[in-house]
Amino acid sequence: MKLDPSSNSRENGKFESPGVYCNLMSTASSALAGKTSSRIGFWESTVGKKAVMAVTGAILFLFVVAHMIGNLQVYLGQEKLDNYAHLLKSIKSLLWGERVTLLLSVILHITAATQLGLRNRRARPRAYVKWASAGSTYASRTMYWSGPILLAFIIYHILHFTTGQALGPQFREGEVYHNMIVGFSFVPASIAYIIAMLMLGMHLCHGVWSMFQSMGVSHPRYTPLLRKFAVAAAAALVIGNISIPVSVMLGILK
Amino acid sequence: MKLKLHVWRQKNAASAGRMVRYEAEADEHMSFLEMLDVLNESLITKGEDPVAFDHDCREGICGACGFMINGVAHGPMPGTTVCQLHMRHFKDGDELYLEPWRAAAFPVIKDLIVDRGAFDRIIAAGGYVSASTGSAQDANAILVPKKDADRAMDSAQCIGCGACVAACPNASAALFLSAKVSHLGLLPQGQPERNERAIKMVAAANHELFGGCTNIGECEAVCPKNIRLEFIARRNWDFLKASCTFREEKAAAGAG
Repeated sequence: MKLDPSSNSRENGKFESPGVYCNLMSTASSALAGKTSSRIGFWESTVGKKAVMAVTGAILFLFVVAHMIGNLQVYLGQEKLDNYAHLLKSIKSLLWGERVTLLLSVILHITAATQLGLRNRRARPRAYVKWASAGSTYASRTMYWSGPILLAFIIYHILHFTTGQALGPQFREGEVYHNMIVGFSFVPASIAYIIAMLMLGMHLCHGVWSMFQSMGVSHPRYTPLLRKFAVAAAAALVIGNISIPVSVMLGILK
Repeated sequence: MKLKLHVWRQKNAASAGRMVRYEAEADEHMSFLEMLDVLNESLITKGEDPVAFDHDCREGICGACGFMINGVAHGPMPGTTVCQLHMRHFKDGDELYLEPWRAAAFPVIKDLIVDRGAFDRIIAAGGYVSASTGSAQDANAILVPKKDADRAMDSAQCIGCGACVAACPNASAALFLSAKVSHLGLLPQGQPERNERAIKMVAAANHELFGGCTNIGECEAVCPKNIRLEFIARRNWDFLKASCTFREEKAAAGAG
């Protein structure tokens, strides 16, 4: 057994025959047979990619919170909401700064998730005949489902209320209140929004605390609180956002 | 008690395996491995190939044993290796599926035995400290706060069994890595290589085809030594800090 880390073989960036490390190695299809490096770039590493997902996820989470608070002004009446929308759109630098930040965040988040997901699939080429969860949440195991569903929703949502193609001729640029009422009066659209918001809630139940873990922040006193906060924040977002299509369908908002 | 076993049988690394059904007899005082010993004796008597499984100390401290029982690494008891799992936790007539750890980085050698050489190579990449040789130091010359010593010990408990990789849907070695990075990184003796260690070990795990961590916590739930998810955050912190502060070695530096 030659486990001396300072052996020249590794410094050359090349491992000797894996057999020297472990007598069982002769049977292994060693990943180290080829060239290896003792260093790894930030983006090449799984840890670095997760850090990127954490930072971009945090940006997207903060946006979603602000977006909901903005939307809840629908309950203050048509004028308040439309004025708020006008205010946001009138500051061009802010509007485009935000749009570019969000777009970059989404692209980085999805690129990292896709690359990690592909790597993770390759890491287990043969599935278990039987596998049982011993300690993870349903939300955490289904991030690769809730994520793509959210992407589809975001595209639909932009076509629906920002550019208007999905709303058709009834879309009125800048008249947010009107668009909301018309949009959610169509029941299938409201149901799609409700489902998407439940997905968002699931995604955030895990994502909001997981981002801290990915950035290296964990503490036995604060992490349990953080996990509760994640669920509470997700629930608040789901309830707040869902209340709007529900209110329209019930005729509370018209 | 009588058990219905579905055991993964695979002749060697190259052959395709399959699940084979066996009827097994067990006594509630037996350990799980003793139950398999009895099954193997009956197989040998019949002239069949016994079920191959890894084991050594059978005291839960060496890290040699381990396979999946009904989809859970080391079986249903928390904080327990499969050699310390007793048959009293099962019922007469139970149907049990036994499978080897499944990961690209852990190729099956035979039946329930996998090659965990990947872990050895990760350790070789960064799991060491530099120590002065020469005359022995006084005891306690380096002060270690009790809390740090306790946490270092918590992570040093890792026996490298591979259950974390097996339980992880991504076949990630994050918990193993985090235990090794933390156990040295929490102690003063581990500081000189702390940054380098995080980078080297993460790089080694990457080359070994392990997946990435998604913070779901399956590893923590099955770990027979109760290594906590908190250590993965610590590894992440060390890696991120090391990546951000990395400096190239100066070619002409010093005399050494």
